[in-house]
Amino acid sequence: MVSAVVFLPLLGALYLLFIPSQQEEKIRQYALGTALLTFLISLGLLTGFDSDTADFQFVSQANWIEDFGIQYAVGIDGISLFLILLTTFLTPLVLLASWGDIHTRVKEYQFFFLLLETGMLGTFVATDLFLFYVFWEVMLIPMYFLIGIWGGPRRIYAAIKFLLYTMVGSLLMLIAIVYLAYLHNVQHAVVTFDLLRLYDVSIPLETQRWLFAAFALSFAIKIPLFPFHTWLPDAHVEAPTGGSVILAGVMLKMGTYGFLRFALPLFPNAALEATPLIMTLAVIGIVYGALVAMVQPDLKKLVAYSSVSHLGFVVLGMFAFNVQGTEGAIYQMLNHGLSTGALFLLVGIIYEQRHTRLISEYGGLWKQVPVYASIFLFVMLSSIGLPGLNGFVGEFLILLGTFKANTLAGVIAVSGVVLGAVYMLWMFQRVIFGPLTNAANQTLRDLNRREILIFVPILVLMLFMGLYPNPFLSRMEKSVEATLARIEQSSVVSTASVATPSSKEH
Amino acid sequence: MHEAHDVTVQTLPYLRFIVLFPLFGVLFNIFYASRLNRQSASIIGPGVVLLSFMLAVSAFFQLPDGGALVDNIFPWITSGNFHVDFALRVDALSAMMILVITGVGFLIHVYSTGYMAHDEDSARYFAYLNLFTAAMLLLVMGENLLLLFVGWEGVGLCSYLLIGFWYTDEEKASAGKKAFIVNRVGDAGFLLGLFLLFWSLGDNGVWTLSFTEIQANASVLSAGTVTAICLLLFIGATGKSAQIPLYVWLPDAMAGPTPVSALIHAATMVTAGIYMVARLHFLYSMSPTALGVIAYVGAGTAFFAATIALVQTDIKKVLAYSTVSQLGYMFLGLGVGAYSAGVFHLMTHAFFKALLFLGAGSVIHGMSDEQDIRKMGGLRDKMPTTYWTFAVACLAIAGVPFLSGFFSKDLILEEAYASPHGSGLLWLIGTIGAGMTAFYMFRLLFLTFWGETRADHEVAHHIHESPSAMTMPLVVLAVLSVIGGYFSLPHFLSAVFGEHHAAHVSFLVRYLPTLVGLGGIGLAYLLYVKEPHRAEQLSEQFAALHKLLLNKYSIDEMYEAVFVRPTLAASQWLWQVWDTLVIDGTVNGTAQTADTSASWLRLWQTGNVQNYALSFVCGAIAILGYYLW
Repeated sequence: MVSAVVFLPLLGALYLLFIPSQQEEKIRQYALGTALLTFLISLGLLTGFDSDTADFQFVSQANWIEDFGIQYAVGIDGISLFLILLTTFLTPLVLLASWGDIHTRVKEYQFFFLLLETGMLGTFVATDLFLFYVFWEVMLIPMYFLIGIWGGPRRIYAAIKFLLYTMVGSLLMLIAIVYLAYLHNVQHAVVTFDLLRLYDVSIPLETQRWLFAAFALSFAIKIPLFPFHTWLPDAHVEAPTGGSVILAGVMLKMGTYGFLRFALPLFPNAALEATPLIMTLAVIGIVYGALVAMVQPDLKKLVAYSSVSHLGFVVLGMFAFNVQGTEGAIYQMLNHGLSTGALFLLVGIIYEQRHTRLISEYGGLWKQVPVYASIFLFVMLSSIGLPGLNGFVGEFLILLGTFKANTLAGVIAVSGVVLGAVYMLWMFQRVIFGPLTNAANQTLRDLNRREILIFVPILVLMLFMGLYPNPFLSRMEKSVEATLARIEQSSVVSTASVATPSSKEH
Repeated sequence: MHEAHDVTVQTLPYLRFIVLFPLFGVLFNIFYASRLNRQSASIIGPGVVLLSFMLAVSAFFQLPDGGALVDNIFPWITSGNFHVDFALRVDALSAMMILVITGVGFLIHVYSTGYMAHDEDSARYFAYLNLFTAAMLLLVMGENLLLLFVGWEGVGLCSYLLIGFWYTDEEKASAGKKAFIVNRVGDAGFLLGLFLLFWSLGDNGVWTLSFTEIQANASVLSAGTVTAICLLLFIGATGKSAQIPLYVWLPDAMAGPTPVSALIHAATMVTAGIYMVARLHFLYSMSPTALGVIAYVGAGTAFFAATIALVQTDIKKVLAYSTVSQLGYMFLGLGVGAYSAGVFHLMTHAFFKALLFLGAGSVIHGMSDEQDIRKMGGLRDKMPTTYWTFAVACLAIAGVPFLSGFFSKDLILEEAYASPHGSGLLWLIGTIGAGMTAFYMFRLLFLTFWGETRADHEVAHHIHESPSAMTMPLVVLAVLSVIGGYFSLPHFLSAVFGEHHAAHVSFLVRYLPTLVGLGGIGLAYLLYVKEPHRAEQLSEQFAALHKLLLNKYSIDEMYEAVFVRPTLAASQWLWQVWDTLVIDGTVNGTAQTADTSASWLRLWQTGNVQNYALSFVCGAIAILGYYLW
């Protein structure tokens, strides 16, 4: 079933190749249909999910490159379940949104998007490190083209920056993955990239540091963690709306997911050692992202910097190493996917009509487009973590967990909650409130049915996740606990076993 | 003090409907009234609040003696040891609060149907007002601290939306934003207090945020921890209840429609901080330090805001500073451990201050939107109902004997003197403040309603009494402002705060505040009725002081210079210098160096990407093929 979910978009994409480019309507409908079908099938993962176990579920496995022990191995646990659903949920909405603003090379656009979906889903389900790496890289290519072809004026610069930056990180990760497999071979005389078996490798602290650094750098760039974030505003500003939504909504979570799935449980000692550094960067990112977002004249840049701030919260929660922090971090990944995704969609709708994203070009939109403004208000409230909506639950659990793990970090991060309200409310006031002075805005039209159809499921989910988070949290619980236990246990074990030989050396 | 397990607790499943009815109103107003039938908003808007009020009355009569009613709805958030329920609980304190919220709230909704009758956005207005009511009810009915916080933020949101209700006015929208942000600063303190409380209890094996369980286990906390928790939570209270140093948003909040000022910024929302401290009285009682801070912040704010109110010329600004000042009295009561006195004043203040604001709204309505009292005068004959009810409220707030404010304010001041946490200084500050209160209220009354009209001919010609939808609530609130002191609230609240013992104070301590209040009225009469030129002379004689007060001590300007502008400047610098030049410059510089030093890299950048794509497609097909095969 997992494989069906992962590869259905690819199949759909390949089928699109056989439809003549002129039949744009048909292409769009097929692409949307594929994405919807993928979403429906992925709901089966939710209903069939057993929340009483931390093991991977819906596992399937096959040898791929036998000589190197590389397998096609996929599975789902409580950490990846909702990220997969987030991906399958957002993709059809984004495709539907593209009906409004993508009018050139429609076929290629839809093709790349479905390809991208397969890449993202594969990354979340891979339990073989090599396979993970392949999907990780695969994901970059369609996004590179989405920015490079359908992007804004500086799209080539932004696309290359995005690609190079991310690849520098991932090359180091590849080396680390291979070295890890080598270590396993040395210790257990088997070459494998299977995550569960690699957990058994005992790695000296010195080596852990290097391997962790390689993984961490790759993930930190993806998240992006301060100070590796400068590719993000450029990529977002140039990307088409759909690209921005998926980039912010799903792809940034690859980094945080990578920490949780790989970097932390594989190298717990190094991770614990690096915790003060990473927490510091996360806290800086929270405050810095918020401050810089405050003074952005461009709507998309504002949202991009707000992502730096929000993802800082996620990283903070993960490095609290307690249940509240970690569950909060996963929850916040979903929240950010919804709220930032929706914000980019909203920006896209007025950009389509006015071809500008400058805040100063707008103002007083409520009177002109009340439905749009009301939805914008709702999304903004979700983004600033108003209790009753989804953002609050994640932010609250993260801060609760962080406060326990590192009180100072918790205190500073709470100031991010204040600053978050500042930049969002100020932006909202300048765009939506005030008098409608710019004559160009008098021709703006309010949302049409298609657009309302895109937002309704997002808003409903925001409300549901704010009022009733337990169905989500309970499915995460076992996997989170197991991950935390693995980090704690192996850090104790390997400090004991590593301490002796290393003390001999000195 | 009662322990949680001694209390009679009865499950009452309809409690949830007290909150749900106004929420239904919100949905109705958004999805039906605003599109299809605007008039229906003015029936459903007040109607749903009336239903809540009736349920609240019913719950009040079912309240077991000294016990509580509960309604467990569903488990809300569970994460590891952290667990909170979505559950409601009504004890004597909450019962009083829900009666005030729905009762006064209903009157203000009715008043609004008159006040907002000509506004084309009235459906949106009632949607916000209903949402506010629901959030406020949740705040006082939540059985745990996190649910209280949900209501706390919810009322803050509605305050933001309603202050900026007329959003096309830049200034009004800014006032709403300011209110939200200043409150968020307080909320940061609140959250930290909540975290500290949760983990400190947890360290002792108690994992809860439920009020009754916190109360039952509070003794496990160390004194220092309790003080820290109480002070952090109190930061939140200074935001929501407009105390020094976070009071600055409330005067600006007067930009909202006047019924909103009455409901949210006088009678209910701003008392949330009082409610929170009273709700956690068992914690505050453990920390004399925290109580001391509250008492002095309260007394200081009561005094400070009263001085500003002495000279303001905008009718709503006078009332706004008066509200800040009266909230200070309530905190003074709480801070000397006289919780029931503070809450008593909360209730009487809700009656007379709501009345004052609604009266002011009626005046503004009749004066064609004029708010400057220097242009009023002589309204007594043209707006008799407004005048008489306003006068009753002035008498009540001034502490004239046998009206509601007399009982509650005197109780606070007696306790401020006699309580073990009190002091002569606190009493003295409060007493002087009482004199100022009486003075500025009667100055307002005289300038507005007495003498000859100072309005333009055009405006004066149009002055009229407000419609009955507006005057009826005034009359009801006037009656409550008179008799409110006779509800034996301190006795009723003893179920929550423990038995109330009347303080024994000397004759002087007991009656001096009243005399000072009467003196304030007399002085106002002298300066604004008998010899009006004397007021002018005084302000010229003490020009510097007058200007200082008129400018509200320039606190807003100071905050702007100390917090707002430096933050903006720093942010600009971070973006344009640090982010763009330093970080991104380094990144691009690295790429540039690599690019020039190794020209093959350029090939790798462009050409290979497509190859890469090709190999990806082949790879993907291979995986798929392998797997399917």
